[in-house]
Amino acid sequence: MYANDVKMSWEEVIEGTRDFLSTEFEVDRSEIRPENSLKDTLDLDSLDYVDLVVLIEENLGIKLSGEDFREIVTFGDFYQLVRKKLAL
Amino acid sequence: MGQRVVITGIGIYSCLGANLEEVTKSLYAGKSGIVFDQIRKDFGFRSALTGMVPEPDLKSFLSRRQRVGMHQPAIYAYMATKEALEYAGLDIDFLEKTETGIIYGNDSTAASVVEAIDKAKEKHDTMLIGSGAIFQNMNSTVNMNLSTIFKLKGINFTLSAACASGSHSIGMGYLMISQGLQDRVICGGAQEINAASMAAFDGLGTFSVRESEPARASRPFDRDRDGLIPSGGAATVILESYETAMERGAPILGELIGYGFSSNGDHISNPSIDGQKRSLQMALKQAGIAREEVDYINAHATSTPVGDGSEARAIFDVFGEKVPVSSTKSMTGHECWMAGASEIVYSLLMMQNSFIAPNINFENPDEDSARINIISETKEQKIDCFLSNSFGFGGTNSTLIIKKV
Repeated sequence: MYANDVKMSWEEVIEGTRDFLSTEFEVDRSEIRPENSLKDTLDLDSLDYVDLVVLIEENLGIKLSGEDFREIVTFGDFYQLVRKKLAL
Repeated sequence: MGQRVVITGIGIYSCLGANLEEVTKSLYAGKSGIVFDQIRKDFGFRSALTGMVPEPDLKSFLSRRQRVGMHQPAIYAYMATKEALEYAGLDIDFLEKTETGIIYGNDSTAASVVEAIDKAKEKHDTMLIGSGAIFQNMNSTVNMNLSTIFKLKGINFTLSAACASGSHSIGMGYLMISQGLQDRVICGGAQEINAASMAAFDGLGTFSVRESEPARASRPFDRDRDGLIPSGGAATVILESYETAMERGAPILGELIGYGFSSNGDHISNPSIDGQKRSLQMALKQAGIAREEVDYINAHATSTPVGDGSEARAIFDVFGEKVPVSSTKSMTGHECWMAGASEIVYSLLMMQNSFIAPNINFENPDEDSARINIISETKEQKIDCFLSNSFGFGGTNSTLIIKKV
């Protein structure tokens, strides 16, 4: 279900995002915290960013590009980017 | 030739079982792996018959990054290769420090291509296909994935030769080692099992439609056969120089002593007795043995009248009427790109356990099959030397001869 399709609270978006990231990248959900590094926690290589774009599109209904990730270091940064795109 | 080439490991993932032990039992029991697949009927197939394997879950073996580029051919090949490496006593630590190659047979990745293109059409954005598709879609998917997973440092390519792919991959590995270019090569064949990969083949009308009796449908050499049945999985055969194998105390299952090959240079799908005979004769000549020394022939025979008939005639012309012959495709169906490798594994299991697996469903011979010695029931027999035939579209022929060491 896309976040844009239904009225989801910001907290629901974050919790849902933690769910699909931990499932797909096979990391402990508790490791996905705002202060932690997105790249290191999810163990992302250059190819994984493509899958991250796919996951976000599938789960949140928003399209990010590779360039969007340039300024992203932590999950906190990432959440802000998602928030901006979702206009929440 | 130069270096002697031996087999130090085998692994199998087929419709007869998920490992060597299960497959040995099925071969001995003459068990069929053919099923009716409703998905194919719904798709519009003329025949819904196929060999079937379970889809293995690799999560406990491989990381997400290692898995995303794998679709059926690579997944099945991983299962077979994992078993073969364990058999041969080769671990990743050893492989990383030495030079081991991979030449694997594969000739399609249809389902993964269809999935990727469907996704692109739906999303109108190629990035949303995902990062794994390219590594699933290329025909070299097996060697790309396995060389990465197992840290292989030697020769690394896929061999595509239709239904002789698996056999030629072993032949090429043999040449690499006998010429002294490699000490060890992982060979084999993989075949995806899905509607996308076999739809066009089904469209030729060459598959059996004996849908009410799946286990009786594949009947190589039998007068009442009505076509082949597609199948799949993967089989791995590890080749090694005799010297290296002895040095590391590896198990030696047999020695590859002859690799014959030929091209018909004629029709794209019809077989040629002349082409098959040239392949058989080349393998015999290279092996330097008399035809009487071959204790068993694992036939290519797929259960089509034209193919079986020409092979029966070629075998009769070269070997006469005495040598025992069976087609394990009577149980497995036609494992296509994988068949040349899986049938080496099946024959090695027979050699190890001193029996000839039956050509099940051989009830009535026709004019050609009546002239050769087809084994229709499991036979206890010592095998010191066997020959395996593989023939493919485009008139590509391959023959391998293996003997006990």
